[in-house]
Amino acid sequence: MIIEKYGSMLLQALGKTLLLTLLSLFFAMIIGLIFSLMNVGRNRFFNFIGTAYVDGVRGVPLIVLAYFIYFGVPAGVKMMGVQDFRLSALQAGTIALAMNCGAYMAEIIRAGIESVDKGQMEASRSLGLSYAKSMRLVVLPQAIRTMVPSIINQFIITLKDTSILSVIGFPELTNLGKTISGNTFKSLETWAIVGIMYMIVIVTLSKIAKRIERRINFGR
Amino acid sequence: MADRKVKIHVKNLKKNFGKLEVIKDMSIDIYEGEVVVLLGPSGSGKSTFLRCLNRLEVATAGTIIVDGKDITDKHTDINKVRENIGMVFQHFNLFPHKTVIENIMLAPVELKIMTKAEAKEKGMQLLRRVGLDSKADVYPSQLSGGQKQRIAIARSLAMSPDIMLFDEPTSALDPEMVGEVLAVMKELAADGMTMVVVTHEIGFAKEVADRIIFMDGGYIVEQGPPQEIFVNPKEPRTIDFLNKVL
Repeated sequence: MIIEKYGSMLLQALGKTLLLTLLSLFFAMIIGLIFSLMNVGRNRFFNFIGTAYVDGVRGVPLIVLAYFIYFGVPAGVKMMGVQDFRLSALQAGTIALAMNCGAYMAEIIRAGIESVDKGQMEASRSLGLSYAKSMRLVVLPQAIRTMVPSIINQFIITLKDTSILSVIGFPELTNLGKTISGNTFKSLETWAIVGIMYMIVIVTLSKIAKRIERRINFGR
Repeated sequence: MADRKVKIHVKNLKKNFGKLEVIKDMSIDIYEGEVVVLLGPSGSGKSTFLRCLNRLEVATAGTIIVDGKDITDKHTDINKVRENIGMVFQHFNLFPHKTVIENIMLAPVELKIMTKAEAKEKGMQLLRRVGLDSKADVYPSQLSGGQKQRIAIARSLAMSPDIMLFDEPTSALDPEMVGEVLAVMKELAADGMTMVVVTHEIGFAKEVADRIIFMDGGYIVEQGPPQEIFVNPKEPRTIDFLNKVL
C-alpha cells in the first residue's frame, strides 16, 4: 500500500509545500505592500514602476517565471563573470512564487487602500500628520479589513501554485507524487492521495479563514 | 480692523481642476479672532477656497500666507502649518477604528506634542467642553451625526490650533442636531478663535460672523459685516442669492 510505504514521505513533502507557501506569502506581502504604495501615491515615476511590476509579472506564467529564475538567472550571473552562483530549488521557488503572488497582493492591497474613504486621509493630514503616518495609522488599519477575504483567497491560490514548482525539482507534494507513481505504477491511488492531502489542508484553511473574517466583521 | 494682526493673507489665488477654473482670482486678508462666513451658490468655489487654506488643495497660482508662512511655497513644512489650523468636514471623517478618545489623542501623541497622559487629560477636558465626556470609550459608529461632529471639533481642538476651518459642518446633519454643533461653534467664536466657515446656516452667519464673503463663479462678489450684506446688499447676484435662501 502506498500510504504504508510512503506515508511519512508524503507528510514531509506536504511540510515542504507549506514551508514554500509561507515563505512566499511572507515576501509577497512585503512586495505587495511596496508596489501598492507606489501605485496609490501621486508620484508618476513610482506609479509607473508599480503598474509595470504588476502588469509585467501577471503577464508571465508562473512556470516560465520559475524556469527563468532557476535556470536563467544563474546563467546570466555566470555570463557576468561570477562562477559558482546557484539558486537552490527552494530559493528559486520562493522568489518565483513571491514575485507572482506579490503582484496579485499589490492589487489586493491597492484596492483595499482605495476602498477607504478619501476623507480619512484628509482628516489625518489636516491634523498635521504626515502622509506616511496617516497611511500607517489611519488608512491601512481600515484597508486591512476589506483585504482579509482576498488575502486568504490568494493564500489558497499560492498554496496550490506550489505544485507548479515541482518542475524545478523542489521536493514538494506534487513532485513526490510523480516519483511515487513512477516507482509504483499506481497512478490512480497516488494522485488520489495527493489530491486529498491538498484538499484537506485547503478546506481546513478556508474554514479558519471564515472564522477570522467573521471575527473581524464583528468588530465593526 | 486695520490694526489687527493678519492671520491669513490670500493674494490672487487661482485654482483649476484640469480645465475647470474653480477659483478665478481671490484676494483677502483674514484677521486674528475674526469669524468669516463664506456664502454662495454651490459650485461657487467656497469649499475649494477653504481647502486651499490648509493645502488640501494645492493652489494653481497666487499666494497664501498663514501665520507668516507661505503655504504655496513648496519648501514650507505644510505639516507644521497644519498643526495650527484645525479643519472640520461635512462628513466628520472620524476614524472608525478608534474610540472617541483615541481619535482625539492620535495627533498630539503621534506628533509628540503631548504624552499619552497629557493628551488623555486634554481630550477629556475637550469632551466635557462639547458635552460628550460620557462617550470617551465609544466607537464613532455608535454616535449620532451631531455627536460625531462635536467630537470632530474636539479632535481638531486637541492640537490647540489658532485657526479653525469649517467645511459645511452642519450640512450632513438631521435638522434637530444642527443646533448642538452651532452652539459649540458659537462658543469657539466667543473665545476669540479665528474661524473661516462655509455654511448654509444663514442664522449662524447673521449672529456670529464678523464678516460675510459672498462668492460666485470663482470670485468674491461682495463682502462686509452681516448687517450690511443681509440688510443692504449691493450686488444683483448677492440679492438674487439672498432672495432664494432667506
